[in-house]
Amino acid sequence: MANPTKKETPITMDVFTAGLWKENPVFVMMLGLCPVLAVTNSVENSLAMGLASIFVLVCSNALVSALRNFIPKQVRITTYIIIIATFVTLVDYIIQAISLDLYNKLGAFIQLIVVNCLILGRAEAYASKNSFGKSVISSLGMGLGFTLALVMLGGVRELLGAGQFLGYQVFSTNFQPWVVMILPPGGFIVLGSWLLLINYIEQRKTGKLIAEDLASHCSVNQH
Amino acid sequence: MNPESLSFIFLSAFLINNFVLALFLGLCPFVGVSAKRDTAFNMALATAFVMFVSSSCSYAINLVLTAFDLEFLRLISYIALIASSVQLVEMILKKFSPALFRALGIFLPLITTNCAILGVALFQTSRGYDFLQSVSFSLGAGAGFGLAIILMAGLREKLELSNLPNITQAAALSMMLAGILSLTFMGFAGLGTTV
Amino acid sequence: MTDSPKNNPKELPALPSSFSLVSTLGVVAMISGLLVVLVYEYTKPIIAENQRLATERAIFKVLPQASSRLTFKVSQESIKLVDDKTKGELIYAGYDRHDELVGVALNAAGQGYQDIVKLLYGYVPATGCITGYDVLKSTETPGFGTKITTDAAFLANFDCLEATVDQEQNGLINVIKTVRHGTKKNPWEIDAISGSTITSNAVGRMFNQSGQKLHPLIAGHLSLLQSAKSLKRDSHGQPN
Repeated sequence: MANPTKKETPITMDVFTAGLWKENPVFVMMLGLCPVLAVTNSVENSLAMGLASIFVLVCSNALVSALRNFIPKQVRITTYIIIIATFVTLVDYIIQAISLDLYNKLGAFIQLIVVNCLILGRAEAYASKNSFGKSVISSLGMGLGFTLALVMLGGVRELLGAGQFLGYQVFSTNFQPWVVMILPPGGFIVLGSWLLLINYIEQRKTGKLIAEDLASHCSVNQH
Repeated sequence: MNPESLSFIFLSAFLINNFVLALFLGLCPFVGVSAKRDTAFNMALATAFVMFVSSSCSYAINLVLTAFDLEFLRLISYIALIASSVQLVEMILKKFSPALFRALGIFLPLITTNCAILGVALFQTSRGYDFLQSVSFSLGAGAGFGLAIILMAGLREKLELSNLPNITQAAALSMMLAGILSLTFMGFAGLGTTV
Repeated sequence: MTDSPKNNPKELPALPSSFSLVSTLGVVAMISGLLVVLVYEYTKPIIAENQRLATERAIFKVLPQASSRLTFKVSQESIKLVDDKTKGELIYAGYDRHDELVGVALNAAGQGYQDIVKLLYGYVPATGCITGYDVLKSTETPGFGTKITTDAAFLANFDCLEATVDQEQNGLINVIKTVRHGTKKNPWEIDAISGSTITSNAVGRMFNQSGQKLHPLIAGHLSLLQSAKSLKRDSHGQPN
C-alpha cells in the first residue's frame, strides 16, 4: 500500500536507467526467463517480444500506480493479475491484427507474458508504492532493459546459429551455422555465457576497487 | 505412433518437448528451487499436482467459454482459475495431509506464477485436446518438469563439492548445466515418429 | 528448512469491509472487460481478413494455375459447398479462368521434430499428383526443420508426387513414404533431406494419412467439385 504522506522523491534519470543495466531484469534480477530463452532464436522475434512486454509492463504498471490508493491490500495481487491479463489479451489481438506470421512465430509465448514474473514483480514492488509518472518512467526503463537483454541473446543466437542478423546474411555462405545455437540448448548456453561475461567484468571492477582500497589503506598506515 | 494417442501425448510432454528443457517453461522454480534434491522433489510434486488440477478445470472452463463465444476471456479466466486452484490445493492439503502441506511450505503459492502451469492450459486448448488427452498431457508435463528439476538438483548437489571459479556464481552455472541437460534431452526428439 | 513454520500469515491491519473488496474487484474487472471487448471488436475483422488473406495466399501458392477458389466441408462420407466461416474440416477447390477444376488444396498435419506441423498441399485429382505445399504452422527449428520449405532437392519431390486412388476408392494404390536421402526409386516416395530426417518423415506420413482418407473421397465427389464453380456462376448470373 502506498503511503500518501511519504514525500515523493523527484523523478531522476536514475529511475529510468536503473532498469537498463544496473538492475537489468534478465542479467541481474533473473526475472522473466521463459520468454527470454524461448523466443530469442532470431532478432526479429526478440524485438517483437520485447515490444509486447514493454507495452504490457508500462500499461499495467501505469494503471496499478493510478489505482494504488484504491486497491485494498487483501485483493491487490488478484487485481494486478487481472490488469496484467487484460493488457496481455490486448497485445495478443493487436499482434494478430498486425501480422499473423509474427503471431505464429511467437506462438503461445505472447499469452505467457501474463506469468512473466517481471511484470507482476514490478507492479507489486514499484508501481504500488510510487507515483504515476515515476512508475511509467521506471517500467519503461525496465522494459527497455528487458528488450535489450532479449536482443543481446537473439543477436548472438541468430548470428552464430544462422549467420544472419535481422534476416540479413552477415557471414559468407561458406559459414557453417552452429545450428545448436537456435535450438533450445543454445538459449541456455548463450544466456549462461552472457552471465559469465558480466560476472567477470563485475569482478574485475570490484577486484580493482578492493585492490586500490587496500593500497591506499596501506599507504596511510605507513605514514 | 499416432500423435493423438494418449501414450504419445504423455511421452511428448515428458521427454520430447520437455517443458523446462525444450519449451523453457517453469524456469523460475527450475533455477530457484533446485539447490537441494528433497526440496526439488517437493516442488516437483506440488507442481505436478496443481498442473493436473488446473488442466482439468481449464478444460471445463474452455468448454463453457467456447459454448458462449467468449474466447477472448480465455486468458483472464485461466489465470484466475490457476490462482484459485493453487489456493484450493493448499486448503485441501492443509486439511487432509498436513505433513505434505508442511513439506511443500512456501512453494505452493509460488506455483501461481509458474508459467508451466499456464502453458499446459494454453497448449491443450490450442491443440484441441479432449479431456483424456488433456489429462495425459498434464501428467506428462508434470512428470517432465519433475524429472528436469530433480536431475538439475542432483547435478548442483554434486557441484557443491567441486572447486569452481568465482565467476560461475549461481545462475551462470545453472544456465550452463541446463544447456547441457537440454542437449541430452534433444536425443529424445523423433521418439515414436519412425513407426 | 521446509519444516520451519514460515506460513504464518502476517498480522494484518483491520480488515476492510468485504464490500470495498468486492467493489474494487468489480470495478477492475469491468475496466478490463471493457478494454478487452473494445480491442476484440476492433481487431476481429482485421484478424479475420488477415486469416483469409493467409489462407488464399497459401491456396494460390499450392495451386498456381487457379484464379478463384471455393470452400467445401468434408464430413464422414460427403463433401458440401460452404462459406469460409464454417467450422470443421475444410478443403479448397481451385478453378482457372474457364471455371475448370485445376486442383484441390487440402490440410495435413503431423508430429514433426518439435511439435505438430500443419501444411496445406495441392492435389490434382486428374493426374493423381501432389504438386506442392505450403507450411501453415510449424515450430520446427529455423534453418533446420524449416528446410522443407527451402531445400530445392526436397521440393523437387513434389513436381509430381504420385498419390493415385485405387480402383475401389478405398485408399491410395501406393503408400506414400519418405525414404533415406538418395534412395528414392518410385514416384510415390519422398527423398528425405539429410539432417532434417524427422521433419521429412513427418511430411511423408502426413501426406499418406491425409491422402488415404481424403483422396478417395475427392475421387468419389469429383463431379461435384468440377461443376460447383460453373453452377455457382449460373445461379449468380456472373462470375465472381
